[in-house]
Amino acid sequence: MRSHATTSINRRKLLASTAAAGAVIAMPAIVRAQGGPLKVGSLLPRSGVQALIGQDCQRAVELAPALLKDLGLPELTIMNADTETNVDTARSRAERLINDGAQMLVGAFDSGQSSAIAQVAEQKGIPYVVNIAAAPEITEQGYKFVFRNFPTAPMILTDAFTNQKEVFETAGKAPKSVVLLRVNDTFGTAMQKGIGAVMPKFNMPYTILEDIAYDPAARDLSVEVAKAKATGAEALLVVSRLNDAILLTREMVKQRWSPMAVLSMGPGWNENDYFKTLGKLANGPMSFIPWYDPTKPLSKKLAAALAKAYPGLNLNEKHVFTFEALLVAADAFKRAGSTDPKAMVEAIRTTNITNNVSIGPGIQFNAKGQNDKLKNAGIQNRDGKFVTLAPKQASDAKPELPMTPYDKRA
Amino acid sequence: MPLEVYLNVAVGGALTGLVYGLMALGLSVIFGVVRVVNFAHGEMMTIAMYIAVVLFTALQLDPLVMMLPIAAVLFAFGYVLQAELINPFINRPEHSQFILMVAIALIIVNMLLIGFGPDAHSVQTSYAFDSFQIGTLIVDATKLYAAVAAIVVATLLFLFFRFTRLGQAIRACADNYAGALVVGLNVKHLYALTFGIGAACVGAAGCMLVLINDVTPAAGPSYTLLAFVIVITGGLGSLPGALLGGVLIGLTEALAGLLFTPSAKSMFAFAILVLVLVLRPQGILGRRTA
Repeated sequence: MRSHATTSINRRKLLASTAAAGAVIAMPAIVRAQGGPLKVGSLLPRSGVQALIGQDCQRAVELAPALLKDLGLPELTIMNADTETNVDTARSRAERLINDGAQMLVGAFDSGQSSAIAQVAEQKGIPYVVNIAAAPEITEQGYKFVFRNFPTAPMILTDAFTNQKEVFETAGKAPKSVVLLRVNDTFGTAMQKGIGAVMPKFNMPYTILEDIAYDPAARDLSVEVAKAKATGAEALLVVSRLNDAILLTREMVKQRWSPMAVLSMGPGWNENDYFKTLGKLANGPMSFIPWYDPTKPLSKKLAAALAKAYPGLNLNEKHVFTFEALLVAADAFKRAGSTDPKAMVEAIRTTNITNNVSIGPGIQFNAKGQNDKLKNAGIQNRDGKFVTLAPKQASDAKPELPMTPYDKRA
Repeated sequence: MPLEVYLNVAVGGALTGLVYGLMALGLSVIFGVVRVVNFAHGEMMTIAMYIAVVLFTALQLDPLVMMLPIAAVLFAFGYVLQAELINPFINRPEHSQFILMVAIALIIVNMLLIGFGPDAHSVQTSYAFDSFQIGTLIVDATKLYAAVAAIVVATLLFLFFRFTRLGQAIRACADNYAGALVVGLNVKHLYALTFGIGAACVGAAGCMLVLINDVTPAAGPSYTLLAFVIVITGGLGSLPGALLGGVLIGLTEALAGLLFTPSAKSMFAFAILVLVLVLRPQGILGRRTA
């Protein structure tokens, strides 16, 4: 039989319970306002379709503490979370990180996942710096806690078309027609809309014969390549990821189709794993993407740290922008002198980092939280490395155009 | 669009479909006899794919050459699984069997994740990029080898069930469980053999599929779903139905991608499934049950 004493609720107990409940509810805020290192939740797709890319980003997370210390910036406590390449998982992991005490979030490579995290960050009042995601909407929602140090799709495309024209001019050749092959996710759709809006302003030498969208998780892209080949296009314009870039290359070889050029406007074709998997077949594609300025001192430091920790790997935009997201966090923490989210947001808003890695004058954010001063580069895969073709001031090689046909490679 | 493009795409779709068919054949064999729906089917195939990857990476052994040994390993795995774990569930409610198989699937996915990580693994054989040109027709060499191997394995399976005493005994179990017990057949042993044979089919299919697709632990559930679509379309329990279903789904996906949009490939495969369920619920070659 239950005793009366254990089940009754008197006024004193009620007050105590209410106070305890209040303390539990307020705990995340109390934890967030504590001193000590800034707790940064890093969200990356380290499993699922984007696993290889997420793991590549993670390398920069692992290199960051030592480099930030060298720069005299305060220590960060990194809390890692895997989004599993899934928008819903990204959202729930962001919520869990905040509940576990994260005072700031960075990530998450993908536009769909980053949009979901941005909603959570805004709702919970936690600053969030997007490392890589190009969908313009992320910084067009009027969010107060969301910042992006990565170009939007229209910015990528504007620079891509400018750099392409420069490459064609240098080579003295240009394709007259292209076929657009693109992923059908948030990023691919944003890029496709951007191409439609931006390309007419550039008087490009080519026309797009067909737009072929495909599932980024597709196991087989033979139909897509057959369809692209059948258009008779001289070159391939592509917005893809890593796994599909490998599949597309394999299919082009098997279907004996060697376009004059592969013009990529996204990741995939310049990944270390693309080189590792395809060997000599990886040479030739050009990528018009956000990149690093090899002349900046911090680029050299980051490249040296990567080479030491991961011999044989080339520095790429995944390392650069993931590192820079943590650089923004450490810099803002130093200036804010507090982990308080509002103080951190104010500090991030007034960021002005000129000792950085990416191309452009440095890291500053506009009123929408977007770094709108970033510049892209045109690079080409050459013997397992990259050469920079454009912009001219950063170029270190002449373009190979048309690229060597796949069946003529020794 | 030139006719040759349709022909190339259709041939590629049919060849891939044959391999899918062989994978689904295992599911059909198991359900046809044991009456257990194997929700760990795709996951079992990823085990075979990983074994093929490991053997190729470590010893440069071609997955097609290793097909028989890997099928034997999967046979043993299937036999033990049925004999030790599934047999006690045979007379339990279907939802218990369902939960058991889903649990096995989850365990396999997570074991593979622990063992191999989330990265995609592939096998780069010397013929990985080869293709044959016959006039305007270009045939992917890997898909062709895999499809031929699928036909050979399926034919051997048909012959086994049709002409061997063991095959006939297994069919007797499938036709009349009580009758099989009455005439003294060791039904539980035959069930375990059947599950082993189904798993061996999956092992062989995995060796072929690893030549065409990369493997990740997360790939298992999508193969399970694909196998279900194929066997329900072809007729659950029908061996020729599974192969026919595979070819039909392979062709549908390929031609839908070409004629409409590649993004809608799976949508058309599921549309075929819905159509079959509405017009012929037992599947194209399935037998109507009373």
